[in-house]
Amino acid sequence: MKHRLGFALRKLLRMAVLLLGVSLAAFLLMTASPLDPLQTSVGQVAMGSMSAEQIARLEAYWGAGTPPLERYLGWLGDVLHGDLGTSLYFRQPVAQVIGQRLASSLWLMLAAWVLSGVLGLTLGILAGANRGRWPDKLVKGYCFVISSTPAFWLALLLMMIFSVWLGLLPTGLAVPIGVTADEVSLLDRVRHAILPALTLSLTGVANIALHTREKMADIMESDYVLFARARGESKGAILLRHGLRNVALPAITLQFGSISEIFGGSVLVEQVFSYPGLGQAAVTAGLGGDLPLLLGITVISAALVYGGNVAADLLYGAVDPRIRRGAAKR
Amino acid sequence: MENPVLEVEDLSISFTQYAHGAGRRELPVIRGLDLTVRAGEISAVVGSSGSGKSLLAHALLGLLPYNAACTGVMRYKGQRLTREKMEALRGKEMVLVPQSVNFLDPLMRVGPQLARGKREKGVKEKIRAVLARYGLGPETEEMYPFELSGGMARRVLISSAVVERPVLVIADEPTPGLDGTAAKRILGHFRELADQGTAVLFITHDLELALTAADRVAVFYAGVTVEECPAADFGRQAHHPYTAALWRAMPGNGFVPIPGSQPYPGREEAGCPFAPRCDRRREECAGTIPVRREGRDYIRCVREGVVP
Repeated sequence: MKHRLGFALRKLLRMAVLLLGVSLAAFLLMTASPLDPLQTSVGQVAMGSMSAEQIARLEAYWGAGTPPLERYLGWLGDVLHGDLGTSLYFRQPVAQVIGQRLASSLWLMLAAWVLSGVLGLTLGILAGANRGRWPDKLVKGYCFVISSTPAFWLALLLMMIFSVWLGLLPTGLAVPIGVTADEVSLLDRVRHAILPALTLSLTGVANIALHTREKMADIMESDYVLFARARGESKGAILLRHGLRNVALPAITLQFGSISEIFGGSVLVEQVFSYPGLGQAAVTAGLGGDLPLLLGITVISAALVYGGNVAADLLYGAVDPRIRRGAAKR
Repeated sequence: MENPVLEVEDLSISFTQYAHGAGRRELPVIRGLDLTVRAGEISAVVGSSGSGKSLLAHALLGLLPYNAACTGVMRYKGQRLTREKMEALRGKEMVLVPQSVNFLDPLMRVGPQLARGKREKGVKEKIRAVLARYGLGPETEEMYPFELSGGMARRVLISSAVVERPVLVIADEPTPGLDGTAAKRILGHFRELADQGTAVLFITHDLELALTAADRVAVFYAGVTVEECPAADFGRQAHHPYTAALWRAMPGNGFVPIPGSQPYPGREEAGCPFAPRCDRRREECAGTIPVRREGRDYIRCVREGVVP
């Protein structure tokens, strides 16, 4: 128990350091960016029609002249008090924007995460257990094609097929146009999320399947599988008894490690489908020079990815007897 | 005389290797291996590392990797060992005792591994009895392989082989890393099995151990059996120069090293693989070497008689 507590404390400390580093890096990149937040948020035309005096007052209001270090420390101080600031673009508290966006993105990403995990694991096991034969070649072929396909291009392709040609699914957005919020049904939301989730899953599958295949092939060539065969266990029994058991550990790492890829993918995919999620908000914030929002999104996503890795570590301890019993003995 | 349980005649195993470019070549690892194992006997196969010993065990059980090709005749109780037969026999009549604890699934408890997925009544009791026979308590069933000590692991591996009553036990280096006493104790278990009528094939690189434990010894050099004789005769009247050299290389018999080294697989040319290192080499050694049989003994050398 003491061991677990120490583990959790160490991880929390590391997370604090990581988030500090990530936010600082994002902040420095934004201050180095040539985009003028004032100009992008007020608009070029409006800026042109303003007198120099008005611009100076606006700049003073937004604190444009404050040195970067002071601004960062100010932001950090507010964050520690639980205030993520106000988004320049949405004119709403950052926490509120992220909350809304995350709510619509979460289901999308969760669906893609689960689907790519299950499909990737299944295909990977299938390929690894039949290395060199046709199921392997098929899965490998699919994975190589998908891996070399940009996610946004795949998104466009799916949109053309399912929305434009077949007319089965909407081309974009999260809800139908011209319908009030309380008239939007769950089915509407699901229909709008299918294509973005599918794109994310299809691209995520390749990575997981290829890695699982490699692990599975190693397992099938391992000494313990050889001995299981020598003991007269059938191929199916070996796959179920030894294959799944031993592929579980790397699969956990892969699955939780893929959270970051799903996040990264969602930025592009949400943009293509105009899906109002966190990924799209990140693009908006970045292009609009919306520093508070971008920092907020960066920190939240870093925390989620890190949380995924910690979850993998904890699950490892639960699944692997060498860690579980080893730690208990200490 | 008992009929042989296992006969191996002229067994050759080669691997398909992809060399530079698109070139494909056959890499022979074992060529012309002969061996006989009888019920109630321990037959040792002695060879230095890299002589293809483990492959022999894998070939007998039909466990060679997909890129290996195997020719020659293997007979079990007088009948050809076909692939189907191997699959039907392995784990039941033909069992393997592997080298190390790495041959157990690291994530599965010992009990279920020995049960091999069988849940019928009586399996649990059978496993418990077998473990008890080797001095392992019921708590062993709940352990994971990494929790076993070296000696325990060895006994678990033997237990796994004798859960069913095997006719042929193939022990592939069952004693590495054990000191003399522990190794002798493990071999005592094999002797016990042989005394109960089991045929034991004991594959090892440890000549001294083979001589103390086995009834017959087959000496294996670069994938070829050069001599097979009773363990008791070994050294006193070696017929093959390599056997004689091995005997002289033992600590108690002069500790004389053999100059040179065993050729790598695929490097050896036709003829006797030991010829380049042999001090009794003749011209005929480069040609096909006839096999001489003297009673049950087997010698593959152009020279007649005993090495002085």
